[in-house]
Amino acid sequence: MEHVTTVSSTLLASFLASFVEIVEAFTIVLAVGLTQNWRSAWIGTGLALVLLVALVLIFGPLLQVVPIAILQGIVGILLGLFGMRWLRKAILRASGYIPLHDENLAFRAEAEHLRNQRNGSRAKYLAMLSAFKAVMLEGIEVVFIVIAVGSPHGLTLYASFGALLAFGVVMFIGLVVHRPLSRIPENSLKLVVGVLLTSFSLFWIGEALGVDWPGADAAILGFVVVLAGFAALAIRALKSHREVIRMTDPVKGQTL
Amino acid sequence: MTVLRILWNEMRGLFVDDGALALLMLGVIALVAGVITLALLPPLLGGLVLVVGYLLVLAESLYRFTRHRRP
Repeated sequence: MEHVTTVSSTLLASFLASFVEIVEAFTIVLAVGLTQNWRSAWIGTGLALVLLVALVLIFGPLLQVVPIAILQGIVGILLGLFGMRWLRKAILRASGYIPLHDENLAFRAEAEHLRNQRNGSRAKYLAMLSAFKAVMLEGIEVVFIVIAVGSPHGLTLYASFGALLAFGVVMFIGLVVHRPLSRIPENSLKLVVGVLLTSFSLFWIGEALGVDWPGADAAILGFVVVLAGFAALAIRALKSHREVIRMTDPVKGQTL
Repeated sequence: MTVLRILWNEMRGLFVDDGALALLMLGVIALVAGVITLALLPPLLGGLVLVVGYLLVLAESLYRFTRHRRP
C-alpha cells in the first residue's frame, strides 16, 4: 500500500508538472514553426533536448553518491520553494488577483515578435534561439521535477515515465489540433502540482530530520488533503474579499 | 557574463517568486531543524511545526500580496 502510494503520487506529480511545462514550450515552438519556419523550430528544439539529455547523464549518476538524508533534505527544500511558488500563484490566479496564463496570448506575443524579424538569416537564427530557449528553460524544470520527485525514493524511472507520458500526450494533442493548447485548465493543473510538490517537500524534509511520519509514505496523502483544503479556503476567502471591494468601490474593484 | 546572468536569473526564477516567502520558508525549515537537533521537541512534533509553518508562510505571502492590491 505504501509503495503504491509513493509510486502513484510520484507518477502523478511528474506527469502533471511536466505536462504544464511541455504545453508552455509547445506554444513557443509552434509559434516559431508557423510564423518563421519549421526547420528553425526543430533545430532549436533538438539542440535543447540534446543538452537536457546531457545534463541528466551528467547529474543523474552524481546524485547516487549523495547520502540519502542529505539528498532528501536538499530536494525537500528545493521542492518546497518550487511547489509553494506554484501554489501561491495558482491561488492568486484562481481568486482573480492575477490574470490566468493564456496560451493563445503567449502564442500571439511570440508570433508577433517573430514576424517583426521575418526575413534574413538572422531572423532564422533568432527563431531557432526562441525555440531552443523555450524548450531548454521548460525542460530544465521538467528535469528538476523528475529528479526531485523520483530520486529520494529511487523512483526516478517512474518519474521519467510520467514526464515521457506527458510529452507524448502533449505532442499527440498538439499534432492533432495544430494550435496552442489553450483549452487545457492550466491553472488547475498548477494548483494540483503545487499541492503535490509541497507535500513531497514536507515529507522529505521531515524524513531528513528524522521525523517518523504516521502511516509512513501514506502521510504524503495527508499533506495533500491539508494543503488542498488550505488552498480551497484561501481561494474562497480571497474571492469574497474581491467581491467586498467591488461592492464598496466598483471602479477600483475592477482593477483587482 | 550576460549569458551567465540570464541563466542565474532563470534558475533563481524557478524557485523564488516572492523573496520574503522563500526566506520565511527557509527560516521555518531552519527553526524546525534546530529544535529537532537540539531535542527541544520530539521529531513528530517538529514535523507538525513544519506543516503549520508552511501554511502560515503561504498565508502571510497571500495576505501581503492582496493587501498591496487593496484600493
